[in-house]
Amino acid sequence: MKTRVFVTLKNGVLDPQGKAIHHAIESLGFSGIHDVRAGRLIEIEHEPGLSRTDLESMCSKLLANLVIENFEIEQAA
Amino acid sequence: MHAAVIQFPGSNCDRDMAVAVQQIMGARTSLIWHGEAELPDNLDLIAIPGGFSYGDYLRSGAMAARSPVMQSVIAAASRGVPVLGVCNGFQILTEAGLLPGALMRNAGIRFVCRTVQLKVENSQSIFTSQYENGEQIAIPVAHHDGNYFADSETLDRLEGEGRVAFRYAESVNGSARDIAGILNNAGNVLGMMPHPERMIEPLQGGSDGRRLFEALIREIA
Repeated sequence: MKTRVFVTLKNGVLDPQGKAIHHAIESLGFSGIHDVRAGRLIEIEHEPGLSRTDLESMCSKLLANLVIENFEIEQAA
Repeated sequence: MHAAVIQFPGSNCDRDMAVAVQQIMGARTSLIWHGEAELPDNLDLIAIPGGFSYGDYLRSGAMAARSPVMQSVIAAASRGVPVLGVCNGFQILTEAGLLPGALMRNAGIRFVCRTVQLKVENSQSIFTSQYENGEQIAIPVAHHDGNYFADSETLDRLEGEGRVAFRYAESVNGSARDIAGILNNAGNVLGMMPHPERMIEPLQGGSDGRRLFEALIREIA
């Protein structure tokens, strides 16, 4: 079974990498881009029995730094 | 006097730190591998050196902060043992929850490696008592993730409680309020991005870092 964890910067936290990507996109000639923010996708393969609580605990203990980041868990159907 | 320097896979300032602690403080220095669950008894100082622990995978300092030895470092810090984290060591201390905030990618994206001017903001701590308040000192930085972030409430609290130890006196990495180093609430844990252990004798281009270690001798002796 596979679960995807999305880690993103909280609103209000400056994202220099997102800014650099934004500039790079524009320098390729694409226009109409308002903002770019970069995050991280972590794919976890696991036994079907792994609980939501354990996944959340993994996220808050290690995968995301809650001072600056939020996480979202997407469990495969 | 007995000091421990913690080594993680990817630490690269551990030897410089050990030399500084040994030469300036005259301390017996034990290099402690990150997999050790226990630290030697009666340590007078724990130093967490710079480098790229665990390749800086996930986030700088994130993996190291969860390694076995850090549980003992956290316990020792809560007993009042002085803990000094430099560069990656500062990142590890924030990830371990011993210091507030986080260190993010430099605002200019680039790795910054040069000697910078720092302003001593608090000369009352066990680490800074040999500096003058407001004194400017020259210490090198070498980091990619030194951009200090905390919410404004936390920043106000740090400033109000005199817990900003050092501030950059020039533009370096986009740090909130130019913060270069902070103390914990009890004053026995210091995290700083600049490397005092790289500025301990004239041969290195200056010796402004030396007084940080000299201050510790007085406090510990």
